[in-house]
Amino acid sequence: MNIASDLSPALTSTIVTLWFALAAVSLFVYLKTKGQSGSELRARTITWWVILGLITIVLLLGTIATLILFGLISFLALKEYLSMIPTRRADRSVLLWAYLAIPVQYYLIAIQWYGVFIIFVPVYLFLFLPAVMVLRGETEGFLRAAGTLHWGIMLCVFAISHAAYLLEGLPAETNALRSVGGELLVFLLVITAMNDVLQYTSGKLFGRRLFGDRKLAPSVSPNKTWEGFLGGLIGTAILAVVLNIFLTPFSWQHALVLGAILSTAGLFGDLVMSALKRDLGLKDTGNVLPGHGGILDRIDSLIFTAPLFVHLVRYMYF
Amino acid sequence: MFLWVGMNVRNTELLPKQGPALIAANHNSHMDTLALLSLFPIKQLKQVRAVAAADYFLANPIMRFIALELIGILPIERTPKDRTSDPVSKINEALDAGQILIFFPEGTRGDPEQLSRFKKGLARLAELRPQMPVIPVFLYGFGKVLPKGSFLPVPFFCDVFVGEALSSFETRSKTMAEFESSLEALSSRVSAPDWQ
Repeated sequence: MNIASDLSPALTSTIVTLWFALAAVSLFVYLKTKGQSGSELRARTITWWVILGLITIVLLLGTIATLILFGLISFLALKEYLSMIPTRRADRSVLLWAYLAIPVQYYLIAIQWYGVFIIFVPVYLFLFLPAVMVLRGETEGFLRAAGTLHWGIMLCVFAISHAAYLLEGLPAETNALRSVGGELLVFLLVITAMNDVLQYTSGKLFGRRLFGDRKLAPSVSPNKTWEGFLGGLIGTAILAVVLNIFLTPFSWQHALVLGAILSTAGLFGDLVMSALKRDLGLKDTGNVLPGHGGILDRIDSLIFTAPLFVHLVRYMYF
Repeated sequence: MFLWVGMNVRNTELLPKQGPALIAANHNSHMDTLALLSLFPIKQLKQVRAVAAADYFLANPIMRFIALELIGILPIERTPKDRTSDPVSKINEALDAGQILIFFPEGTRGDPEQLSRFKKGLARLAELRPQMPVIPVFLYGFGKVLPKGSFLPVPFFCDVFVGEALSSFETRSKTMAEFESSLEALSSRVSAPDWQ
């Protein structure tokens, strides 16, 4: 594990390209929203600068900085989750234990102990937290409290930590490929974020042209159309193949399939978060990120794409 | 500390830029005072003081040091028999000096995330100075972070809603009614999940 890293030429050029693309989009947004102060689109674009800036900085600083950033994202996400769901006063100390799981999970990545990384949350925390809860002695609402807490840790800590796992976790020696942690992480993040954008744009452009009023998930997210999903799927799969040419070392067939799977997973992440918000009667999960809403609104698709991507890549290449 | 907790503040522009002024908020946690102080720029902090119970905060030397030196409370005696000075004149002095005072009209933290009855001291002070802005602030979540009787703060996102200054101070009960309805209106903007 290294403290500061030199980025490969491929990774460097990808990040530079992303900055140019963001600058172009920002200029477009600026011209389009000229004269309207407080525009949501504008706030959203500025937030993207912060996100891309943070990712660039931590990639340059190396593994530890990246793990800290993702640990922080997990912390904010879990805090947001626990702030919006009903919790019990008796479980205050249990929640502190739950937060403590975050440094442990990311430490397991840092020491590259895959065996424990993969079972710490689903096995050990799964047993430990209810054990602490019964010691507190409050039985009313026990099932709901234990279930919702563990679900939140799976989303915010376990799933998200998979993205950070890419950086250093995949063993370099047994690697059929080069050591490409940063490249894999950027591939995952770009595909996931662009899939959101592509599904949204193709929904706007082609929505209801092919399937009419047959919506994808009318009761969960009425604005989602089949056209949006399919357009996003095709676009993301193509983007994965293009990105793969210079960034990642998959075969083009694998890249195509990965793109399609990540696109579908991203949609489900989005829908699951929508269902959760609908259940709780909320519009956004929070307002940490101006123009986006909460942290969970931003990372909802990553929650679903990150674990799938890690395990598919591990299965196919390691 | 504010990374640990995390606040969403709405309408900071309604806060007073200079004293004398009163900030009146609901009270559930020691975090409340810190949260309200954090809303002001560092330069102004010296001018902002929380009115707090002397019998509680000056009870032992550690608490006393934190309360007087670090937070800078304005201690008043709650029960008449302890009084060495008139609380109203003490507050008046501070206001004359152009300070912004933080006031918790519930008088105590009470049950977490529950509003208890308001005491009328606020209305008495407002009556004496009809020109002074009295700003209602609704706080949500700090009672979950650190309720009465707990020592470890558990991270939750908290909300701070600053309201419009109260307008008329004709009678005490009218002032308190306006304050109460203002807090109620602010609290209806919070999406508060169950917490028991």
